[in-house]
Order: sequence, then structure tokens, then C-alpha cells
Amino acid sequence: MAQVSDVADNQSSQTKTLRIARYNPEKNSEKQFMEFSVPVEKWTTVLETILNVKQHQDHSVGVRYSCRQATCGSCGMIINGKPRLACFTKVSELDSDVVTVEPMNNFPIIRDLAVKFERLFDTHHKIKPYLDRDDTELESDAKEFLQSPEELEQYIQFANCIKCGLCNSACPTMATDSSFVGPQALAQAYRYVADSRDKGKDSRLKIIDESHGIWRCHFAGSCSQVCPKGVDPAMGIQLLRGYMLGFRS
Amino acid sequence: MRESTIMKIHYGTALAAVALVAVHILMRMTMNFADSLEYETVLANYKFIPYAIMLELILVLLSIHGFNGLRVILLELKQGRTYEKAVSYGCLAAMFALIAYGSRTIIMTNMGMV
Amino acid sequence: MTQDEHKEGFKGMANPSRYGIERVAYWLMRLSGLGLLAYFIGHIYETSNILRGRVGWNEFLELTQTTEGHIVLAIVIAMCVFHTVNGIRVMLGHGGVGVGKPARPDYPYDPASQNYRHKIGIYSAIILAAIAMMYGLAVMFGE
Repeated sequence: MAQVSDVADNQSSQTKTLRIARYNPEKNSEKQFMEFSVPVEKWTTVLETILNVKQHQDHSVGVRYSCRQATCGSCGMIINGKPRLACFTKVSELDSDVVTVEPMNNFPIIRDLAVKFERLFDTHHKIKPYLDRDDTELESDAKEFLQSPEELEQYIQFANCIKCGLCNSACPTMATDSSFVGPQALAQAYRYVADSRDKGKDSRLKIIDESHGIWRCHFAGSCSQVCPKGVDPAMGIQLLRGYMLGFRS
Repeated sequence: MRESTIMKIHYGTALAAVALVAVHILMRMTMNFADSLEYETVLANYKFIPYAIMLELILVLLSIHGFNGLRVILLELKQGRTYEKAVSYGCLAAMFALIAYGSRTIIMTNMGMV
Repeated sequence: MTQDEHKEGFKGMANPSRYGIERVAYWLMRLSGLGLLAYFIGHIYETSNILRGRVGWNEFLELTQTTEGHIVLAIVIAMCVFHTVNGIRVMLGHGGVGVGKPARPDYPYDPASQNYRHKIGIYSAIILAAIAMMYGLAVMFGE
């Protein structure tokens, strides 16, 4: 909390308005916004302003966070209309005197800014996010699975996914389709299909080849535009579909 | 049918329809637009068998592509077992109905039953 | 109790303003697809009037060969051209063509799949649709 206090004590800081969506599904019938004045420096992140509110003005604000460095994927939320990580978004880059934070779309709300990730984890699990093969490199007499740098390059970008859910929140299909696998899981399906050590390509392609699977992606690209780790799910999904259409082998 | 098979048909019908619709539109432009819609001209088009076959192909291709597109949009809008079945079978039925209705026009006109 | 999924809903799906030209293209593709299907059904009905003989055909022609009819047809031409050109772009994209190659991402993580090739494709589709519509209007009103 020392970092937040420093921001509050700094005399050169500007003051901005932070609008926080408040909603408790067990008590409220609809979302309401509460406004707070918060001090910001040019390096202040949106998460820091929320924590400032929690510390000095209203400790009941519900928010999930952990690493504060875009690694854990906990603090995804809608910031000024777009899904972003609160710890990775500086107030100064929003270029607005009012910062509005809301819970991510397409995820059930737990309270205020915290959302449930069950569906994301379920779909992620569904595509078998592990190397699928009969043998193992863990047995005493087995050799490690070799992989060239070129083979690594095929999927390493997609291994950067931190499961923050921003892509699923931005996806236009997810906005209306409760059964869609979603860009996060589809990009991870590509990550394992493209891994030279994996042997589960056929079974994974079968899993996503259903009426709410990969074919419900229409390449709008919103997922890639909001990804804070450069995963580019849209690319992964199209490359994955390339296998199914016979463009890739 | 697997979704990948349906979508391959969706893409295939689109590409084939683009080529045939281009010919269909170009045929309108071989003469003055208003003249191309004259009763005699249209009747002659229908009676020319290769053109009638092309019209039938366009009808089938666009019906498949169009109603599958509609099915996709409707499936994404709302979910549920009953709803999804209703959408899929409804679109299939509408597709067959349109093909039947359009084919009736093409066949009867081609055979001179006007 | 059914859990509220907090889905963004139709408004969020259709909102073309937040995610660049790619989202606009997605939205136009749907809209033009639905418009073309509606026109196609109408066209099948319209042409079936030939079975009513010369009088029936001419009666129906009088209804469609109006200023409003020509404007509708011009919009249909635009929708047709956009749907075709953008459809080919999307189909190529779906096959993994022109979406970039996987590589270690560097900050600020501009997504390779949202590249200039696809943007050019979208703008071309819009421009060609506009040109085709104007040409159609010139043909229909220039008689």
C-alpha cells in the first residue's frame, strides 16, 4: 500500500474523477455508478486509483488484483468502454478527465468489478491445454522432447496468454452466444496444435468443430486488439481454421 | 453433419454464386437496362436452356448460402436446445421452400407454361 | 436460480465504434448478408410474376421500376459488392492467409492479424461498393 500512499501524498498530482460501477447481484437489481476524486501522476495506473479509493474513501469497492504487473490476469475490467488490465493501463494514456471502470462484459459479476471466470476456465480445460501424447519425458530412461527454435516460434506467442479474459469480453460472438468456446480457448487450442511435441491435433480439432466452436469466429479481430500480452488470438484462430480448411497440414 | 462440412459448403456456394451472379448481372448489361427487363427478353432468357440451368444453380447456391448465414446469425443470438433445433430445421425448410418456389418459375417458364 | 451472464448483448455485438474498421466490416457483413437474403427472397417472388403473363409481368415491373425501386436496387448492388469483396477477404483470412506469422510479440503488441492487407481489403470493399452503387444509379436513372 506504500505505493498508493505515495501517490496520495504527492503535491504535484492532478485530480481526476473515477466512476466505479457498483453492483451486488444478491442485493441490487441494476448497476449504479459512484464517483470519486482521485489524485493521479502521469505514471498512475487505473488499479492504483481504485486501490486509492479503497484505502481512503470507500473500502467496500469489490476488485480482484494480485501481481500489479500484467502477469496474473486478475484485474481485467472495462475501462472507458474497452476491456483492459487495470494494472497495465495508465490514467494518463486514457486522455480523459473521467475514468469509468465497469466489470468485464460476458462474465457473471461477483461484485462490483470482480467477475466469475468459471466459463473461461471450463472452455480452456475443454480444449486439452497440455501436451497430448502417450509417452512421457519424465520416465527415467526417456529422453527429453527436442524442439528447434523455429518450432518453438510457431506457438510461443500464444503461450503468453495469462487468462485475463479481455479477449472474451471484447468478442462480438461472446456478446450474445452463451455456448461459444471463445477466443481465449481457441487461441490455446492453436498453441497446442502448433506445438511440435503434441500429438493431439485431431482430437482437439474435433472438439472445436461443433456448432458453437471455431466456426462462430468471424475474424472481427476485437480479441487481438485488447490482448495485453500480444497473443493475437484472431491470428491463432485463423491459423487453426487453416488446418480444418486444408490450407495448412 | 459436422459444422466444418457445413461451413465448407457455405464457402463453396459463395464462390460459385459470385461467378454465376456476375454472369447474370452482365447479361442485364448487354443491352439497355429497361429493355433487358422487357417481357419478351426475360421470357427468351428463361427459354434458353443454358441460362435457365444457370438461374437454377444460382437459386440453389444462394438459397443454401443465404439460409445457412441466417442460421449462423440466429444461433449466435440465442441459445437453447429447442431454439437451436427450431432455427436449424426452420432455415432448412425455408431453403427448400424457396428453391421449390423459384424452380417452379424457372421450369414452367422454360417449358412455355406461361 | 439462473445466473446473470452479464452478456454485452446485441447492442455490444452490433456496436461498430470501439474496435476499428475490422469491427465495422464484421457489422456491415452481417447487415449486407441479411439485406441480400431479404432481396433474394423478394427477387424470387418478383420474377415469379412472369407466370402471370405479359400483363402480370408489366404490372409488377411498374411497381419496381420507380425512383424508390431504383434506390433500393442501388443499395442492393452496394451490399452485393461489399459482401462479395469482404467475403473473399474473410474467407482468405479464415484459411490463415494474410493473417501474419506467429512470432515473439514486442511491446506495444500491435496484433499482426490486424494488418494493412486486411485493412486495405475492407476499405477496397467499401469503395468498390460505393462505386458500383453510383454506377448502378447512373445506369438506372440515366436512361
